[in-house]
Amino acid sequence: MTAHTKGTGMKWVGRAIRRLEDPALVTGQGHFTADLPAEHWVRFVRSPNAAGTIDSIKAPDGAMLITAADLKAVKKITPMLHKFEYRPVGQSILADGIVRYVGEAVAAIVAPSEEEAEDIADLVELNIGATAPVVDARDALSAGAPQIHAEAPGNVILKGEVKTAGFDGVWTSAAKIVKVDARSHRQNATPMEARAAHAAYDKASGRVTLTCTTQMPHLMRTAIADLLGIAESDLRVIAPDVGGGFGQKMSLCAEYVLLVWLALRLKSSVAWTEDRRENLIASFHSRDQYIALEGAFDKDAKLLALRADVVSNVGAYSCFPTTSGVEPLMAMAEMPGPYDVQQYQCLARGVLTNTCTMAAYRGVSRPIITFTLERLMDKAAKAFHLDPVDIRRRNLIDKFPYTSATGLIYDEATYKQTLEMAVHEIDLPAFRLRQKEARAKGRYLGIGFATFSERTGYGSPAFAARGMAITPGWETVHVSVDPSGYVEARIGSSPHGQGLRTTLAQIIADELGIPPDLIKVVHGDTDTAPYGWGTFASRSLVISGGATLIAARKVRAKLIKIASHMLEAAESDIVLEDGAAKVAGTDRSVTVATMAREIYTQTHRFKGELEPGISESGTYDPPGTFSNACHIAIVELDPETGHVKVDRYLVAEDAGRIINPMIADGQVHGGIAQGLGNALLEEIVYDESGGILTANLADYMPPTAREMPHIELHHMETPSTQSITKAKGLGEGGTIGAPAALLNAINDALTPFGVEIDTIPATPQRIRAALRAAEQATKKSA
Amino acid sequence: MTDKTALTLTINGRDHAIAVEARRTLADAIREDCGQTGTHIGCEHGICGACTVIVNGEPVRSCLMFAVQAEGKKIRTVEGLADGETLHPMQQAFMDHHGLQCGFCTPGFLMLAVGVLEREPDINDDDLLDVLSSNLCRCTGYQNIIKAVRAAAEQMRGK
Repeated sequence: MTAHTKGTGMKWVGRAIRRLEDPALVTGQGHFTADLPAEHWVRFVRSPNAAGTIDSIKAPDGAMLITAADLKAVKKITPMLHKFEYRPVGQSILADGIVRYVGEAVAAIVAPSEEEAEDIADLVELNIGATAPVVDARDALSAGAPQIHAEAPGNVILKGEVKTAGFDGVWTSAAKIVKVDARSHRQNATPMEARAAHAAYDKASGRVTLTCTTQMPHLMRTAIADLLGIAESDLRVIAPDVGGGFGQKMSLCAEYVLLVWLALRLKSSVAWTEDRRENLIASFHSRDQYIALEGAFDKDAKLLALRADVVSNVGAYSCFPTTSGVEPLMAMAEMPGPYDVQQYQCLARGVLTNTCTMAAYRGVSRPIITFTLERLMDKAAKAFHLDPVDIRRRNLIDKFPYTSATGLIYDEATYKQTLEMAVHEIDLPAFRLRQKEARAKGRYLGIGFATFSERTGYGSPAFAARGMAITPGWETVHVSVDPSGYVEARIGSSPHGQGLRTTLAQIIADELGIPPDLIKVVHGDTDTAPYGWGTFASRSLVISGGATLIAARKVRAKLIKIASHMLEAAESDIVLEDGAAKVAGTDRSVTVATMAREIYTQTHRFKGELEPGISESGTYDPPGTFSNACHIAIVELDPETGHVKVDRYLVAEDAGRIINPMIADGQVHGGIAQGLGNALLEEIVYDESGGILTANLADYMPPTAREMPHIELHHMETPSTQSITKAKGLGEGGTIGAPAALLNAINDALTPFGVEIDTIPATPQRIRAALRAAEQATKKSA
Repeated sequence: MTDKTALTLTINGRDHAIAVEARRTLADAIREDCGQTGTHIGCEHGICGACTVIVNGEPVRSCLMFAVQAEGKKIRTVEGLADGETLHPMQQAFMDHHGLQCGFCTPGFLMLAVGVLEREPDINDDDLLDVLSSNLCRCTGYQNIIKAVRAAAEQMRGK
């Protein structure tokens, strides 16, 4: 085979073959939503106020203006949770009488071109009676704060509480209580392709095709059809090439609903391409949390109990389908992380504010809870005069299966092994020496550790446990062989950069003895793909991969039956390889192409013993498992400027069997880049009036190539028993571990100054402010 | 703002006779008037570099240039990078080294890297890193982009 792949060995799984996605993408032949022409273009008029009542909206004469008054027949987006005192709040497609954040869509202008729509939208007179907003979650909890929705008194949209039975006794008996007040500021996932949608009405069928940049095409169809009161079969949703998602494109956008409504009304095509400013202020945000975490330790620095107070700023509305529980509830469930601690108390609240709606972003709460917990462990190490590695050795779980204080079952993990592997590779004693020498010269180096687990590939029971009205979990894959012998897999997942067309083809290739580049993986079109949930939560390779394996095994069994008939040999003697079925130990063989032609067109030869055609389905709904890793960062901090340079970044990771090492490494690299942005650079800043000060990519700063260290990756590959491909997910781990490792490294570098920083991003301004405060305190006391 | 100017854009050696408003950016003209949608638009502020094309040998942000300013100039886009069926070494290197994931920023990175290396084939690694820092990628963490560009630079020098 084949110029398109590289690698050696008998199996395709485990090989770093080139991606089947790439030839189109490197030649400019990809199909992205914004590439489509349309008869009509939409520009949204967005609220300049964070809170207020809409007094009037007036468009220039002759303009086509759509407001909430036109949408009375459209239901509000009202995501639902059946637990945790959740208060359902509704979101109108366009603001209906009240605005709740800067950037909320208030009206839509429809015009023949994008430019005209923008020009007219600029002329719309929007009169809003401004009222006092509340931007910060703690302020929103205070007595007398403005109420965002009447349905959620006190602005609390949900409240989760956990307390284990023996908590109080253990807490009072502890030798030391260590505390961290962590703050994570707000982020935007910032896919390079902002949102875009194109809805086209087909006059012959009366159907609408919505092409949009989404991670969940089927659920978009379900949700939009429901809101508009149309049959799902009258709506086709296509996710073409999608320019990154990272969770932001998982949630339902009100804008997409309006596009479908307009296509039906105009009986034509209509498009909207979001600009970067809109994306930064009005798409979806994330990570805006306060976590106060305390750990009770015994005299040997063994963690006995954890107590957490999570305040999650969920913005103005609840996101569909996960609801605004996505961050606070994940924080509550997974706070204990990789440590053996059986006593736990947590209060987790989702708090409504006059800010852009919060939704899932790569890692969801785990970058924050991991950073918080890992800061706690480092503070505890200091309190007990231990090395950060030692305290982790004493507390990491090493007996499996392990049931966490919140009832999660850790089936298996290699926390200690990956820690030791990473510590060995980094050469800690040599670093400590170098650090000491550097400090003598006025240079400040620091090392930071993060050990954590990444819950991956969890099926519907995990979502049901959250009380979600919609429990995404399973995936279905159809694998067929067409009469010409080519293999096609239709999948419900919806990859957008993860390389799933390649990795799933590798899985099928090994089952069928056919090279991957003869296998087409088809996704992202609700007319051709089986119903599925899409791509998010480090799930697709595990769940869609499992479904692919199940379907491919059925196809394999069918091919062996066909070959057995055609070659008049026992099924047990047939092997599939090199695109053919062979009778082991003989020269008798028949190609897959011949078998396929025969089973479709000469069915009578099988005497009714075999069904015509080759088309099989597999569905997989696994319990879920946990990947794990240890990240180590070495930084140099300039106390004069507060600048942090990452000198070295090392990862030891275990994500089970690796299907394609090149793609796996790429996921980790990209995840760490986003985690580094989270830790050092990226922050959506609201002013007190609820205006956003970071509405372009110069003010909101994702890392560039200059900020990224070279990442050293070490893999363990412990095959998972909870995943039939033995693979675990790893899409989020990089993002989860990086803020913890980097903040611990920064704090290690800050040790000589007696300063700590528990806020992300740890920008130069924040580091300087902490140093300045310490300098002033020293002066005062002197 | 509806007065349109007739002009000809020369993209990848082919003339496109179009009529655009004076305010039309080169990026929009390339995509919408000339139908070459391989060039992507990421921010329209000149920051992300997704729309980078080569104009008279220089990589430029096509969202920061008006179409009328590009008349008479040689414009190269990602669609013109391959020589028939043979990929440009930069395209091949991005595939070989996994320098792309979602592929949205890729055309901009390819044109940036090719433009710079054609002008300055012996650019040192540190300067190259500075150049690559002018575009944003959200998927790869850059490590494999850097690897790919260095590998392609070797090959381009060897030609």
